[in-house]
Amino acid sequence: MTDHGIIVATTPLSEQYQQHFPDTAASPLATQQSVEAQLSGKTPLFSEVLAQTDFSTLQLIPADENRIKQALYAQKPEIADLAVLLSPVATAFLPELIQRAAQLTKQHFGAARQLFAPLYMSNLCANECTYCGFSMSQAVKRRVLNSEELLQEAEAVKALGHDQLLLVTGEHERKVGMDYFRRQIPLLRPLFSRLMLEVQPLTTIEYQELKQLGIDTVLVYQETYQQQAYQQYHLKGNKTDMRWRLDCPDRLGKAGIDKIGLGILLGLADWRLDAFYLATHLRHLQKHYWRSQFSVAFPRLRPCSGGIEPKVLVGDKELVQLYCAFRIFAPELELILSTRERARLRDLLLPLVITSISAGSKTQPGGYQVAPEALQQFSIDDERSPKEMAAVLTELGLQPVWTNWHPAFGRGSSCS
Amino acid sequence: MFELGHEQFHSRLLLGSGKFASPQQMLEAISASGTQMVTLALKRLKPGQPSPDLLTPLQQAGVRLLPNTSGAVNAKEAIFAAELASELLETNWVKLEIHPDPRYLLPDPHETLLAATELCKLGFIVLPYCSADPVHCQALQDAGCAAVMPLASPIGSNQGLQNRLMLDIIISQARVPVIIDAGIGKASDACAAIEMGASAVLVNTAIATAQNPVLAARAFKLAVEAGFAGSRAQCAPAQNAASATSPVDALLDYLR
Repeated sequence: MTDHGIIVATTPLSEQYQQHFPDTAASPLATQQSVEAQLSGKTPLFSEVLAQTDFSTLQLIPADENRIKQALYAQKPEIADLAVLLSPVATAFLPELIQRAAQLTKQHFGAARQLFAPLYMSNLCANECTYCGFSMSQAVKRRVLNSEELLQEAEAVKALGHDQLLLVTGEHERKVGMDYFRRQIPLLRPLFSRLMLEVQPLTTIEYQELKQLGIDTVLVYQETYQQQAYQQYHLKGNKTDMRWRLDCPDRLGKAGIDKIGLGILLGLADWRLDAFYLATHLRHLQKHYWRSQFSVAFPRLRPCSGGIEPKVLVGDKELVQLYCAFRIFAPELELILSTRERARLRDLLLPLVITSISAGSKTQPGGYQVAPEALQQFSIDDERSPKEMAAVLTELGLQPVWTNWHPAFGRGSSCS
Repeated sequence: MFELGHEQFHSRLLLGSGKFASPQQMLEAISASGTQMVTLALKRLKPGQPSPDLLTPLQQAGVRLLPNTSGAVNAKEAIFAAELASELLETNWVKLEIHPDPRYLLPDPHETLLAATELCKLGFIVLPYCSADPVHCQALQDAGCAAVMPLASPIGSNQGLQNRLMLDIIISQARVPVIIDAGIGKASDACAAIEMGASAVLVNTAIATAQNPVLAARAFKLAVEAGFAGSRAQCAPAQNAASATSPVDALLDYLR
């Protein structure tokens, strides 16, 4: 990045990507992956698209006032428009960005804002990620909730007013994998209108089964799209296989998952570059899996027990620029803001650009009822309860939406 | 007045209930619009639980509630949703919406026709949201739909009567009321839609996201009234105003 250019890298990005994925033959997941590739027909996987894309032309786009205005009001914004809006030069046009984003948010979502809550099923993890409080080497008390505990937690979340639940699993395929989901998800399904899942990357066939079990949304955040950084932070476990994760949303699309959540973790690497790759990813997925909806979140790295300090600090101004740029780029996109952000900033962003928030979140298994004293995955900053959040939304002239789905949708109406 | 599903409606404006800031704002807009029918999504209701933010105020508004199947991506899901809505709201009216494309929310013609056929057989009063495709609209009427609801432009886009040519054909062929749904962005669009012969329009985004939704609702009320009066007044078609006094015409008249 430079001050005046948009996407400027020392080596052309296409070359970077050729370096990124030299060979996956050594990967334990490679065999499975090639089976999936055969099933995939003619739809290219995102990793293949990236390898064939020449990003170097973007270096030539100047970002001056005219070009920024053009990007702001583009009828069909392209990746290059997003790059312009993300550029350091565009930071000076933040008022225009916010205004345009607010206008598009209002047109597409009106005053409706979705509320949901995470429920940590487990904090087991077979990965070593240097920024995460639940990494395998961390001396944290490990726990997998059983059916009874899950129901207690679910009832506690429901009592807070929630009707859309995000199940978070940690990444431990053996102990918190398909067998566990087959037992537990049907118990939780009747309690919520929408069930979301944040889980280690799985296969297409497994996602198809999860959809039938009752999962409506799957979130899988790439963390960073930059391979050098990715490998620096992910030291052990399946998560070291960057390509398996990168092609995961393709598998979700093929499985017909209703909503696919993408995201990057801000603080690991150059956020502009990661945001740019994420937008490329989104366009690829929207093109090939046109039946799926998409959400995007930009969590900022938070202090956690035993974790690292963020390498790259993403300031509030830059965070706002990022969210606004994505609203302009993809007006229909669900944009999520985490409870790790301060209450004041959340309240300011909600009317303008954010359409979905968690509230009253506990980020440890058992956090709502079973073991509220246990260590959290990351510390949250906005501690307000869902009811308080709903009151804040109303105060802001927004409509809190708790229910926006029916369990019968997405599974051929067999589930009621 | 127009007849729909064997009932008489004097308001030619139908409203959607999404995107409003608060129940109060929605109710004020409904009242200012003079509408008699408001649609709401089944997916916004928790079965068996009170709904103080949506259903309860709507039930108190004294308008007919038209449940819609938004969220269904195929006929099977839509039929299930219609049956569920029918139980919850005790109505056999349904606005059939099947849009598997979440980005533009365009209706799936194949699945819509399948679901409409089945729902009509089951005794529902079916009002299908559909593409502005004349042959598709004919087929929906053959299936027994009580109206057709072709889109003026993509839903929520406020782009107005972009599909005017096709809508004209649909209206000229119609055996049931044509209710133009989706894309109507301003009062003058609604006026033009009624003036060109549509029985009614359904509006949500244009009202709910206006700076002043209540005033917008009133504007749409007046617009559909003006449009209907205009369609009955049979104004002379547009023509070149100079023709009557043109020297060429005068000469031709003389030579006749």
